[in-house]
Amino acid sequence: MNSETHRQQVLFLWLEDSHLDGRVVGWSFHDGAGREAELEGAPPYATGAEALRAGWRLLQVSPVPMRIPGAEFVTGPLAHEAVLERIVPLR
Amino acid sequence: MKPVLLTTEQVATFVARGFLAFPAVIPEELNERATTELEGILATWGTPDRASAPGSGDPFDAIYAPPSAVGEVLRSPVVAGAIRSLVGEAPVFDHDFVHLRPPHDPFGQHLHCDAMVDPLTAFDIQVFYFPHEVAPDGGGTGFVPGTHLRHVHETDVGRYTHLLGERQWSGPAGSILVFHQGMWHRGMPNPGDRARLMYKIRLNPTTTQVRQWDTSDLVALDSGPGDHIFARFRMDSIAGLLRRREKWMGEADYRLELRNRARLWRYLTGDDRFDVDWYLTRQEMRVGLV
Repeated sequence: MNSETHRQQVLFLWLEDSHLDGRVVGWSFHDGAGREAELEGAPPYATGAEALRAGWRLLQVSPVPMRIPGAEFVTGPLAHEAVLERIVPLR
Repeated sequence: MKPVLLTTEQVATFVARGFLAFPAVIPEELNERATTELEGILATWGTPDRASAPGSGDPFDAIYAPPSAVGEVLRSPVVAGAIRSLVGEAPVFDHDFVHLRPPHDPFGQHLHCDAMVDPLTAFDIQVFYFPHEVAPDGGGTGFVPGTHLRHVHETDVGRYTHLLGERQWSGPAGSILVFHQGMWHRGMPNPGDRARLMYKIRLNPTTTQVRQWDTSDLVALDSGPGDHIFARFRMDSIAGLLRRREKWMGEADYRLELRNRARLWRYLTGDDRFDVDWYLTRQEMRVGLV
């Protein structure tokens, strides 16, 4: 990426299960280009796979949860997180 | 005046969702006096000029004594009844704070739960008092129903900007929200033209929390441990109320929350046989076989 001409946009999606076709239940958008309003919608994509089809690149996805013996029933942060990026030109 | 105790339906809703809302239960005349008092507390916060600041561990009955308007709010029938129903007969003061957000203040807190990660079943409550109207677009307290039983620590959940089902408080003057201490929440920006005032107090139970509400409807709503959505079930029962699913929950999350809600209901009722959808019972029956 040429930082003189381009910026990174990062999209966190939280999915209802570990499948990328899973329903999006939460999202956060961070825009290095300062155009936060560009990504509108609630949520912006219905599923993780829909974000891929819109041009986002998957950087990381949570491993399938391993239920720790003795704490199998404890719930905490959302389990199924996908981190995506898009490189956009500065305007 | 006598406290108005919660019903079983209300307590089951609290267990399922982590909050109860009581719109417009404080009269306008008292809201005006409380506003003046809260502004005075804020102006003198942490200084010797603040008279009679309560201390952590003080009995709830002893704080904000008459003629305090804040005390009058806290001891009004609906508020006192909710407190009595959820944290028993002798709760103590943990802490409180007056939140004032100026008009057009863009600052918003990240999502968090208060204090620190708390794995205990016994719980505290936090009472939020809104002395003036909060419009739907007025930036009222944001909170995520159903998150109260998850073991997270403070702003570790700050990464979540949007979650399906997040609520933003709006309601008439004199409204009260009661939260389980674990509820994920945040102060929102104030896009409005008026300063937004909110008072929050945390209370700790020191005596039993078992069956402290009006339990006259408990038997009628209890369909026993066999109330099972994949077998024979009722939706007009405690199990039915505890089955409420929030939009942010996947199936795996939902089932664990059902189990954890059933455990909390057992704690609140002392009924060790209670279950929702057989998740506790089927494993308990097998434990002795190994």
